[in-house]
Amino acid sequence: MRVGLFVPCYVDAFEPEVGIATLELLERFGLDVSYPFDQTCCGQPMTNTGCHAEAAATEALFVKNFTGFDYVVAPSGSCVHQVREHLTAIPQTPEVKAVRERTFELVEFLHDVLKVEAFPWASFPHRVAYHANCNALRGIGHARPSEIQKPFFSKPLDILRKVEGIEIVDLARPDECCGFGGTFSVFEPAVSAKMGYDKVADQSRAGAAYVVSADSSCLMHQKGCAERLGMPLKFIHIAQVLNGAAA
Amino acid sequence: MSSASDELRPRGAEERLVNPEVAKAGDESERGQDGGRLAHAEGASRPLSAEPAARREREPQPRGAKIRGDRPIDQAEAAERFLAAPLHQKAHDERLWDLRKKRDAAAHGIPEWEELRELASQIKAHTLSNLDTYLEQFEAAAKANGVHVHWAADGAEHNRIVHAIMRDHGARTLIKSKSMLTEECGFRHYMAGVGIEIIETDLGERIQQLDAEEPSHIVVPAVHKTRLDVAEVFARTLGTDPDNDDVHYLAESQRETTRPHILSADAGMTGCNFAVAETGSVVTCTNEGNADLSGNVPKLQIHSIGIEKLIPRIEYLGVFIRLLSRSALGSPITQYTSHFRGPRAGTEMHMVLVDNGRSARLGMEEFWTSLKCIRCAACMNTCPVYRRSGGLSYGATYAGPIGLIIDPTYNKRKYSTLPFSSTMNGSCTNVCPVKINIHEQIFAWRKVLAEEHYIPALKQGMMKAAGAVLARPAAYRAAIGAADSALKVLPRFAVYNPLNTWGKKREMPEAPRETFHAWYKRERLKKTGQDA
Repeated sequence: MRVGLFVPCYVDAFEPEVGIATLELLERFGLDVSYPFDQTCCGQPMTNTGCHAEAAATEALFVKNFTGFDYVVAPSGSCVHQVREHLTAIPQTPEVKAVRERTFELVEFLHDVLKVEAFPWASFPHRVAYHANCNALRGIGHARPSEIQKPFFSKPLDILRKVEGIEIVDLARPDECCGFGGTFSVFEPAVSAKMGYDKVADQSRAGAAYVVSADSSCLMHQKGCAERLGMPLKFIHIAQVLNGAAA
Repeated sequence: MSSASDELRPRGAEERLVNPEVAKAGDESERGQDGGRLAHAEGASRPLSAEPAARREREPQPRGAKIRGDRPIDQAEAAERFLAAPLHQKAHDERLWDLRKKRDAAAHGIPEWEELRELASQIKAHTLSNLDTYLEQFEAAAKANGVHVHWAADGAEHNRIVHAIMRDHGARTLIKSKSMLTEECGFRHYMAGVGIEIIETDLGERIQQLDAEEPSHIVVPAVHKTRLDVAEVFARTLGTDPDNDDVHYLAESQRETTRPHILSADAGMTGCNFAVAETGSVVTCTNEGNADLSGNVPKLQIHSIGIEKLIPRIEYLGVFIRLLSRSALGSPITQYTSHFRGPRAGTEMHMVLVDNGRSARLGMEEFWTSLKCIRCAACMNTCPVYRRSGGLSYGATYAGPIGLIIDPTYNKRKYSTLPFSSTMNGSCTNVCPVKINIHEQIFAWRKVLAEEHYIPALKQGMMKAAGAVLARPAAYRAAIGAADSALKVLPRFAVYNPLNTWGKKREMPEAPRETFHAWYKRERLKKTGQDA
């Protein structure tokens, strides 16, 4: 199984540890993982702003980089949602469609494709608040959102519960958006930051020591909010926890 | 006047409080079966502080978006002012989150909830796809019931029609229940201009009328106000005690001052929740019974109906009734579900069917399903941006998620900014009882607005620059390669802003020693040195 690793631009620039953990974790399962060297971004900053034409060249580059793999895996629900649902600024050739269909977010790849049963190398004896990125939750179906009347399931919690010692705390507003929202965080900074403050306050009240998420973008925003408020919360990507980060 | 109306006249200040039944909090008639004081679904409210009102901190109510003709609404600016009033913001957020939680509990109490949503969505889609047929059927049935039916192409025509009906009857005063359609039409302002006095009979709407402010929410129009704000408005306009913010006192004061108007009004008007094609009847859902008073007390009654309110058959009504109040407030049903079918003996009934942009919206391939909306406001209650901004920050008749997708159909330039006041988290779509794909339409609107250059040139320029860098690996690497330059480059694709809007309220992320790319090159390609 040939896997192409997509490391989103902000992970590359700000959270390289997340990219490293994702690569190492996938390699633990004996996969042949390649990192296409010319990759940049999925195009989301532009399309989310409505600027599809401006995203076309970036989307074409993404497809060029990731054509030919059995799977493309990225440690970001948000970017995978973009690729799967919104990579439409370029003609939808069979090649483009194939890349879009084969792109998976790390958690769902572990849960649905590899069907991983255990992470024997991982131990995380901490109280953890899990943050569901909205695109991961409602966009690509990581879990049953609280609004929907259907039996509960959660792929990230299923996966996390296989890690020794971890304790998941309940949030008062479990699926509430943290306010990052991509360019929203810049263009509506007051509302964005207030949502972030409320989110980290909820996590803190729940007794969490760590916040774990499948999306670094939300974590980067929440970390900035928690630090500004002087809250001692720590933030870590799920790939790092699953790869055995000692924390 | 009759002795009954004498009893309803407002009393002097010393005895203004109140109807004996609601005078004392400890009164047994005020208690529900669980022993708790009865809290109405809409009126449930708790004081922000246990201190008496007079000693509590007074925080001026933040006002809404600044309206400057057709210029784009600056929702972010108005939201920032709302957030600068923390008592208001907190009360607003908690109150609406409480409604969302009650909605969840009510929805999760019905095993077939998701099937109901699907059914409601299909009935609405079917009706909208055959709207001409059902409108004609409705008109014929209403006429057969003895109703005068009028057609209005837009808000101005609606206002002229109602004015003409009133003029024909020499009517000078009008009582009306809440109607978002009449807000769309600017009805109250128009009627004030022609010298007709309108009295809103919905409590929240009346508060907003007395404060000369638009409703901020479809279902709870004054939800952005605290009880102290209402006490101040009533003190100023009704002469009540400004330091008494007891909800029962306030509600009763409004009631006693409004009832005489209800009894003496020349005409009454209601909006419409559902218009049933086969019966020609208008159905309203209220918790205060004020639609019944508005419709049934005066001898001249008028019902304003948006043409998208049609449903084909009375048997379908149950689907929507089960969804509406559960979605809105988490209660199984509104206190009143009233059917207006024909005039009472000696009275006249008029129905005005209003288009006001709806036909045009029906022709918009990506946006027509927004016409399925039954105005429950569940999308507002769940929206994290709305809860922290207040409805008036949108500067439009419709606030919150549903507003983001229908306001631009009224004025693309003025409301061009609204689809960006969202994180597109998708919760709105999930709570919508008629399954409108709200967040996907927000996304689609952004594309339309960018393509037609309704977004700021600066923003579009930034995206063009970002797209250019991100499409060229060498340019991207040159920009991002050196570790400590990441923060300088981040602007290009994420947080560029000369005012550093990220860092004002959040700490900046630390730039790592090297990028993943550089690490990979060094560790896995066995090359040395930094990526260039």
